[in-house]
Formats: sequence, structure tokens, C-alpha cells
Amino acid sequence: MLFYVLAGVAIAASLLVVGQRNPMHSVLLLIVSFIGLAGLYVLLDSPFAAVTQIIVYGGAIMVLFLFVVMLLNATQEEMPARTTIPVKIGGRPLRVGAILAAVFLAEIVWALTRVARAPIAGGEAVAATVQSVRQIGIAIFTTHAFAFEVTSILILVAMVGAVALAKRNL
Amino acid sequence: MPTLNNFLALSAVLFAIGTAGVFLRRNLITILLSIEIMLNAANLAFVAVGRYVGSVEGQVIAFFVMTVAAAEAAVGLAIVIALFRQRETLNPDAFTSLKW
Amino acid sequence: MDPVLIAQIGVILFTFVMLLTSAAILVLMERKVAAFLQQRLGPNRVGPWGTLQPVADIVKLLFKEELRPGAADAILFTLAPILSVTAAFAAFAVVPWGGTTTLWGLLPEPVPLRVADVNVGILVLFAITSMGIYGIVLAGWSSNSKYSLLGGLRSSAQMISYELSYGLALGAVLLLGNSLSLTDVVNQQAGHWFGFVPRWFVVLQPVGFLVFMIAGVAETNRAPFDFPEAEQELVAGYHTEYSSFSFACFFLAEYVNMVVVSAVAVNLYLGGWHGPFPLPEAVGGLWWVAKVFALLFFYIWMRWTLPRYRYDQLMHFGWKYLLPVAVLNLLATAAAVLYWG
Repeated sequence: MLFYVLAGVAIAASLLVVGQRNPMHSVLLLIVSFIGLAGLYVLLDSPFAAVTQIIVYGGAIMVLFLFVVMLLNATQEEMPARTTIPVKIGGRPLRVGAILAAVFLAEIVWALTRVARAPIAGGEAVAATVQSVRQIGIAIFTTHAFAFEVTSILILVAMVGAVALAKRNL
Repeated sequence: MPTLNNFLALSAVLFAIGTAGVFLRRNLITILLSIEIMLNAANLAFVAVGRYVGSVEGQVIAFFVMTVAAAEAAVGLAIVIALFRQRETLNPDAFTSLKW
Repeated sequence: MDPVLIAQIGVILFTFVMLLTSAAILVLMERKVAAFLQQRLGPNRVGPWGTLQPVADIVKLLFKEELRPGAADAILFTLAPILSVTAAFAAFAVVPWGGTTTLWGLLPEPVPLRVADVNVGILVLFAITSMGIYGIVLAGWSSNSKYSLLGGLRSSAQMISYELSYGLALGAVLLLGNSLSLTDVVNQQAGHWFGFVPRWFVVLQPVGFLVFMIAGVAETNRAPFDFPEAEQELVAGYHTEYSSFSFACFFLAEYVNMVVVSAVAVNLYLGGWHGPFPLPEAVGGLWWVAKVFALLFFYIWMRWTLPRYRYDQLMHFGWKYLLPVAVLNLLATAAAVLYWG
């Protein structure tokens, strides 16, 4: 039951993000969607993923998006420059984009739900393993230590790149 | 009681919404937001399968994906700012000077 | 109904009321302490020694006219104070303020004096503090006024910069406390060394405590880091265009944020509800309140003593001095934990 509520919130917010005219409202709706997803992570016995999602995505990346939207004063979407002529059939535009999106959706749902209908692995012991932040820390710093170090270099590169790209004069 | 199917179906729906956003919207910032939706859908799939299998790897991968998404959002937004300075618009249809 | 369940709901309601009351007490305390620091008397007309002053202030604020600039974005304008207040109160959901109590024998089993004990409590706190930025940045943007926009942008940039040092100080305490749950960290601080030195983490981590308090003051936009709402420079910063109830919400959010930072500092560094000398556990809650108010006094003292940082000095300090100190503190703590166990 809680799953359907949170899933509904996430899907509705994402649809509104894609459908909204005003990018400022899109950013805020995306934050709502992230909070819905964080709730789903809590349902999956993964509080660390939930909290990290809110801290990293909701607290840092979306603030960055907000800053850029405010800096560029991008609160209205401009009318599309009429360089593309919509395909018409019988006088009404054939919404190729929407149709392709629906086909894509059906295909992905079919592809991903061919897994057998099994419940999430039960048992308190399994839940405790997945839940324990200590286990996550051990996994990150021993098994995936290389990925961790490379990610930190990646962030450094991104930081330098962002500053270099957005500066007015180097 | 949600099964693994439910979570994967939700992940698929979110991914499709994100892709539709990337293709159908004519505003650079909304395109970047749709990319974030896609990354989140992938994260959800990872964490769900991680819980299903009973290992912590799902959350570890989700953690790394979040970090990479942060780096990519930063660089993407820097590019958007640089492009905006050139053409004063956020419509991707304005940046077609390489088309023949 | 199960008496334990009723007691737990009672504890939650009591926590909420306690927060509101402490915000009201802070309104008075700030003005009285400021007055005594400036060698004058402060409010003493409304009630004995001015104790009804907060009531008068709140009634005045509620009776003002609710304004909204015409060009402001209506949804965001109304949403911003709600976000600020919600984030401030929600952060208190994972902060324990006492041990367990049986209400002097009325209950069959002890009820813990907190709202929730999440096993990733410290991270949840950090997450909710991150969400508190949105109230300010949206207030600044949606007011459609240059003072508000500048104040909002500066404030949010300041908050995300000081969040890093905040998080690193939390990380160092994590190493000592060995758990992410605030209740566990407090319970680790019970007892004494050599019989008289309390086993508080501030003794092991003085630098970390200082970093945490400085970052906390910057997070709550209080002096000397209150440039975003400086009266002399920016009219009133991000809440220039707000009046009546919305302004009261921002006001309340700022005071409750102060209480949250003090409460977390008390729980993580100052031993929570364990007194400095062995006392019966029943007075634990009172000890906690006393410590929190001591830290709040320190907050108010800092505001009315120190001059305000200029914005670039503030960012310079946060990134070039506080962050390296926090990182070094974390490294030193990690080395010490590794070496001495």
C-alpha cells in the first residue's frame, strides 16, 4: 500500500517535471520525486541509500540546478523556433514523439518484468545485512576501493572542468 | 507486499518518462533534469535487485551512480551557462550551426 | 488503549510543544541577554521582568497585514516559509532528549524520551538540514525583489559551504561513537574516567566541537555569519517582502534551527542527558535542557559581541580555513582510533 502511494508520487512528479513549462517548478517537482524515491528506498530496507539520495541529489545537485535557473532567469520556456514542421496526417499533427515514448515505455516494462514474481528476500537476517551501514562502508572501502578512488578523481576533474567552462575569461 | 517486479516496473516507467523528456522538451535545463530522472530510475533498479539478492552491492553501486550524476550535472550546467552566454537562449534548436 | 502507546504519543506532542516554548523563551532571552550585555535593562514592561514579551510579540506579528508583492510567484512565495519551518521542526525528529522513563512507575515498561530512533540518525539530520536551504533560496527568488534575491543567493551559498565542515565534524564524532544513531552516541558517553572527568566527546575532540559550533552558527545564519539577513546592508535579506504569519514562520524557523544545532551538539559532544557528576537518571532530561540553554546563551552572546563578517571574508573563512581544519581533525581522529582502539 505504501509502495503504491510512494510510486504514485514519484511517477506523478516525474510526469509533471517533463510536462511543466517553468523550469523552476520542474526543479522543485523533481525534488518531490526524489523524496518519493527515498521513501521507496526505505521500504527496501536501504536507509543509507535513502538518506544519501536526499543529501546528494536533493540537497546538492538540485540546489545547483536552482542556482543556474536563477542565474539565467530561465523561468519561461521560449516558444520553439519554427525550424521543425510537425508531420501532419489528415490535418492534425501526428504526435510522433509521444507515440514513440509510449512504445518505448511498453517495451521497457515488458523487458524488465520477465523476472518471476518472487517477493523481496525475506528474513530479518537478510534485512539486517542490507541495512547495515557498516557493511556498506566495508564494501566501498575494500572490494570497491578502486572505484572509490577513481570517483574522487572524477569529481575533481568535474570541478575543474565546470569552473573552466563557466568562467568568463580564463 | 511489493515484489521485485513492482520495483522494476516502476524503474522502467521512470526511465521511459526521463527518455521522453530528453527527446520532447525544448529547454536545456529540462533536458538535464530528465537525464537525472533516468539516472534515478537506474538507481532504483540497482537498490531493488540488491535487496532481492540480499547483498549490499546494490546500494554501493547506487552510491557511485549518485556521485557520477553529481559530477555530470555540474559539468552539464557549466556547458549550459557557456552556451547561454553565446546565444542568450536555452532552446537547443538555436545551436544548429554545425548542421549542413 | 495501550498505555505505552499513549505515553509515546504524549512524548511526541511534548517534544513539539517544548520546541515552540523554547522558541518563545529564546525571543525573550535574546533581548534580555543583549540588553544586559549592552548595560541596559531590556523588555521589562510586559509581565514581571518582561516574561510575557514573547506573547506580545507573537500577537503583534499575527495581527499584521499579510502582504504579497504583485509580481511574486504565488506558489513559491507561500511555500517558502512552510519549507523553512517544516525542515526546522523535522530535524528534531531524530534528536533524543532524555533516556527512558517510566513516569515514576505508572507505565509497565520504560518509554524512550525521543520521537524516533533511526539507525542512520546523524545522516537524517544532515539530510533535513540540507533541505532547509530551499526555504531560503525560494523566499529570495519568489519575492521578485533585488534585496531578497541577493540575500537568498548569498545565504544558500553560505549554507552549502558550511555544510561541508558540519558533515566532516559529524564524521569525526562518528568514528568515536561507532554508530550513526544519536541515542547510541549519547549512551557511549556515560560514565567517567578517573572518577571525575566525564566521558564526553568534547574532551576527546575539542577541535571538532569548535568546528561543529562554528559551522552550526553559519548554518543557522546567525551572527557573525548573518550577512544574508543583515539589517544594515540588505534591508532584511531574504525575508524582506514577508509580513505577519510568514515572517513569524521564518523567525520561528531560525530559532528552532538554533535549538536543533545546540541539541545535536549537546547530544554528540556534551554527553546528552548524562550529568557531569553521578546523579540519579531521573534528572537526565533537566540536565539536557540546561546544557542546551547554555549553548543557546553562547549563541546569543556571540551575536551581540562579534562584528559581522563581510560576505567574501565569510566564504574565504569557510573554504580556506574551516574546511582544512575539519579534514585534519577527521584524519587525526581516524589515526587515534586506529592506534588506540
